[in-house]
Amino acid sequence: MREKSVNPIFRIDVWVLLIYFLLLFFGWVSLCGASHNIGDVDFLSWDSRTGKQLAWIGCAIGLGSVIMMIEDRYYEILADVFYWFMVILLFITPFIAHDVKGSRSWLPLGPVSLQPAEFAKCATALVLAKLINQYGFTLNKWQNLLRAAIVVLIPLVLIIMQKETGSALVYCSFSLMFYREGMPGCILFCAVAAVLYFVVGIGYSLTPLPGTLGDVGEFAVLNIIWIFVVGMIKIYLPRQPEHVSRLSLIGLGVNVLAWSFSALIAPFDISWALLGFNAFVAAYLGWMWAGQRLSQWFLIFLFSIGSIGFLYLSDFALNNVLKGYQRTRVCVLLGIEEDRDAAYNVNQSKIAIGSGGLMGKGFMNGTQTKLDYVPEQDTDFIFCTVGEEEGFVGASAVLLLFLALILRLLFLAERQATVFGRVFGYCVLSILLFHVFINIGMVTGLAPVIGIPLPFFSYGGSSLWGFTFLLFIFLRIDAGRKRR
Amino acid sequence: MPKDYSFEKRKYIIGGVAVAIIALYIVRIFTLQLLSDDYRQRADSNAFRKEVLFPARGQISDRNGFLMVYNEPSYNITVVMQDQHGIDTLDFCQTVGITREEYIARMADIKDSEKHPNYSRNTPQLFMSQIPATEFSKIREKLFRFNGFAAEKRTVRCYAGPWAAHVLGDVGEVSQADIDSDSYYKSGDYIGKLGIERSYEKVLRGEKGKRIMLRDVHGRTKGHYQDGKYDVAPVAGRNLTLGMDIELQKLAERLLEGKLGAIVAIEPSTGEILCMASSPTYDPRKMVGRDRGKHHLELADDPMRPLLNRAIMGCYPPGSTFKTSQGLIGLQEGAIQPNTAFPCAHGFNYKGLHLGCHGHASPMPIIPALGTSCNAFFCWNLMRMFGNRAKYPTVQDAMTRWKDHLVRMGFGYKLGIDLPGEKRGMIPNAAYYDKAYKGSWNALTVISISIGQGEVTATPLQIANLCATIANRGYYYIPHVVRSIQGEHIDTLYTRRHYTMVDEQWYAYIVAGMRKAVVGGTCSGANIPGYEVCGKTGTAQNRGADHSAFMGFAPMDKPRIAVAVYVENGGFGAHFGVPLGKLIMEQYLNGKLSEASLRQAEDFQNKRINYGTRVR
Repeated sequence: MREKSVNPIFRIDVWVLLIYFLLLFFGWVSLCGASHNIGDVDFLSWDSRTGKQLAWIGCAIGLGSVIMMIEDRYYEILADVFYWFMVILLFITPFIAHDVKGSRSWLPLGPVSLQPAEFAKCATALVLAKLINQYGFTLNKWQNLLRAAIVVLIPLVLIIMQKETGSALVYCSFSLMFYREGMPGCILFCAVAAVLYFVVGIGYSLTPLPGTLGDVGEFAVLNIIWIFVVGMIKIYLPRQPEHVSRLSLIGLGVNVLAWSFSALIAPFDISWALLGFNAFVAAYLGWMWAGQRLSQWFLIFLFSIGSIGFLYLSDFALNNVLKGYQRTRVCVLLGIEEDRDAAYNVNQSKIAIGSGGLMGKGFMNGTQTKLDYVPEQDTDFIFCTVGEEEGFVGASAVLLLFLALILRLLFLAERQATVFGRVFGYCVLSILLFHVFINIGMVTGLAPVIGIPLPFFSYGGSSLWGFTFLLFIFLRIDAGRKRR
Repeated sequence: MPKDYSFEKRKYIIGGVAVAIIALYIVRIFTLQLLSDDYRQRADSNAFRKEVLFPARGQISDRNGFLMVYNEPSYNITVVMQDQHGIDTLDFCQTVGITREEYIARMADIKDSEKHPNYSRNTPQLFMSQIPATEFSKIREKLFRFNGFAAEKRTVRCYAGPWAAHVLGDVGEVSQADIDSDSYYKSGDYIGKLGIERSYEKVLRGEKGKRIMLRDVHGRTKGHYQDGKYDVAPVAGRNLTLGMDIELQKLAERLLEGKLGAIVAIEPSTGEILCMASSPTYDPRKMVGRDRGKHHLELADDPMRPLLNRAIMGCYPPGSTFKTSQGLIGLQEGAIQPNTAFPCAHGFNYKGLHLGCHGHASPMPIIPALGTSCNAFFCWNLMRMFGNRAKYPTVQDAMTRWKDHLVRMGFGYKLGIDLPGEKRGMIPNAAYYDKAYKGSWNALTVISISIGQGEVTATPLQIANLCATIANRGYYYIPHVVRSIQGEHIDTLYTRRHYTMVDEQWYAYIVAGMRKAVVGGTCSGANIPGYEVCGKTGTAQNRGADHSAFMGFAPMDKPRIAVAVYVENGGFGAHFGVPLGKLIMEQYLNGKLSEASLRQAEDFQNKRINYGTRVR
């Protein structure tokens, strides 16, 4: 049965709509603060960025209204067309785009430029939702996971080819949705473990370990690996606790003996001892698998080998694969390198936020932003303006507003009757969370400087429209949910 | 494989991750914004350029409004080390007129943290100072080419002529000690170093202003912070009017040319210094600008010690000028009566002690004794006083009484003139002699103090002040060079009468004695037609030739000027002291010198006293 009498606009979720407008408003106000220079600026003038942004906002609202009026089933039907259109667009963009700071991602459209990468997210999310919506499709099957991964990887690789590493990384956020839809948690755990190995291994690679000739990074990671392995045996093979105590005892013994020998008798790099122990653990796992034929042993064996391999490969990748500026950004973030230019942005950004205090310096009184000390202050570093001019109160209010939006989307996603609706909802909130996570982490010096915008705040039409697409398509799906 | 395909519980984990991330960031901005003030300070130091606005220093004029010291623009070149890069050093050196070596040395000097503990790469540092406007005009055209260099407009002191260097003093760059003791001063500021520039520093300097300018990331100025709400305009220093008469000062300096000594003239009715000359002197115009240090060193090394203001720093035996004070004490203490006469047989003879005197009638009372400057009379006077056991139980008591009188007349301690470096002179007390003679001494032992010799010393200022006290018949105002501070009255310290312990009635005899000295005694050369001049010579013995001294005032009634002249090794008081004192009084009373006096002044200007070659 279809009810044609109720206009879906009246069934829209008012909370999301309210937060959307609030964020747009605060975003535009912050942009006024960031682009305000000494002397009078006409905020509404088309020549100023605030005027242009106002036009973008107007278009975005119009876009949202149009999205609300289209029948929701078309989004599902046209998802593939949209996706492949975006893939082709992403493919041809580097050939016709002009070079903007080394990246070829801007498609010129008359007086304005658009970034197809921002819209490709939406297309990818739709296709993923459609894929997972198929009857009996679950992500805990490897072949299904692979299909989903390919859908994500095609635009990701194309965007990397445009040299927009930041936008490409956003596609990692789909893993959060995959997790919700049944991707085994161990994959997420592996990803977290990889980040941990990288941060500890590289971050402390130049800190000498007292009493030895080795460094703290390698020593710590090798210890973390066998402790993870022992932990996994305990969780996945709860009926065989003897292996846990045995390996733990040997691991501790190797640590104590190697360190004592190095400190008291002959100094050497005790990482070799730990590497030997990890090799022993891997062999032990392999032997147990050979004996018991339990797949758990094999998977833990793979984890052990993979972890050791990752540790040494990441070091190699950092020094030989990454480009100079990328390497510098990573090293500056991990605190092992002091680079003036790379550290400057983050430093000035921290000064801007830190100088805001509790209540901030007041609208348009931020000296750091007004006097151009913060680079990219109206795009990627817009949050500095919030921190400086509105202080802790304003900045945490913005953060809480984002949290409210994400949690509300979570609630809406869970109440969807269709898998399509739920998956798409999780895609929207995952992308949003990832943007906030990386952007705020970057301006507060907790994450590396990856150039991705803060949703609804950063200047620019592509990002704003991209998020409007995501949000309103989901709101449209949500508004139509009761008819099924 | 898990059996539950809905995985619904995972929404809590995802929601938890979102909450955790936002909570982490709120904690992060909390630590950045609220736990430390460090970031705010760094933002301020980024954005604010605090510029100091220097006030004009007060001007100085003489009692008739003649402008003696004023300001002219000069320029300092400053450098911000951080911005100073990529400049053509050779071109820069040529433009400002220094060598490459000097440039390198100056840059190293600025960065030297020992000399400049407050050095910062971000703030302007003084590179060159006091470039005159004429030289600066050609630098100005090119300065913009040199990144980091800027000019700041300052003023430089200008002097109307080579006069009154000791009184006016000079200004120079502040020392580290000045900066440490007064937070007003910053490196590169100027401060009064000598004379009234130093003693009236706080009046003359005014108050610095400031303005806070916003500076963007490229170092460009972007207007006033908060539209100048926190800016403060500088307050110009106040102008000083001196009691000095510039014509009198010029004459005094002329007369002392080629001699060592001092002339001090005081207006008795106010205590204002009419002139204060010390010889040798120097040209204050040399003590400004970049060569100040060099010239200052030359003067400091000169064996004739031109930097010494002998008028207030020279401690000389006052000689016979001191006898006037002795007469006053004797009369007040009842040691003598106005008609008490003492014999003089070419001097004072007692128990084998002989203190010579020149030939004159004998015996005689106080008035002619002053007129002829009889040594014996004043020796007997002191003997009588110190020997009066009925009044003073011990000689120490008498000595204490004697000392108290002199201290109240302005001797023995600093008078408190508004110039730095004044010396106190020496009036011995009982304890001093107890120590010197181990308690065994009497009037005879210390008899030379009665004629202004022996242990007694005084500055020419103290002698002039004694003269002013007599002219006033019993009181003085603390002598001071500054008459008014931009219309305001000066410190009440200088407008309060200080009475001596001698009754007014006794002054009549001393005035009469000093008048007698002019009309028929030792200083007949001091007579000025039309005025009743009073005077007293002094011939002070010392290791070399006698010092020639004179003090006098005129007119006798309603005196307008009291003067003291002291010429080192000038012989008898009548040789130099009397004529110089007379010329000073005549110039001041008449506003000019007569034909004869002009010739006399020229004579004395050209007279030279041979001091040999002194080596320090």
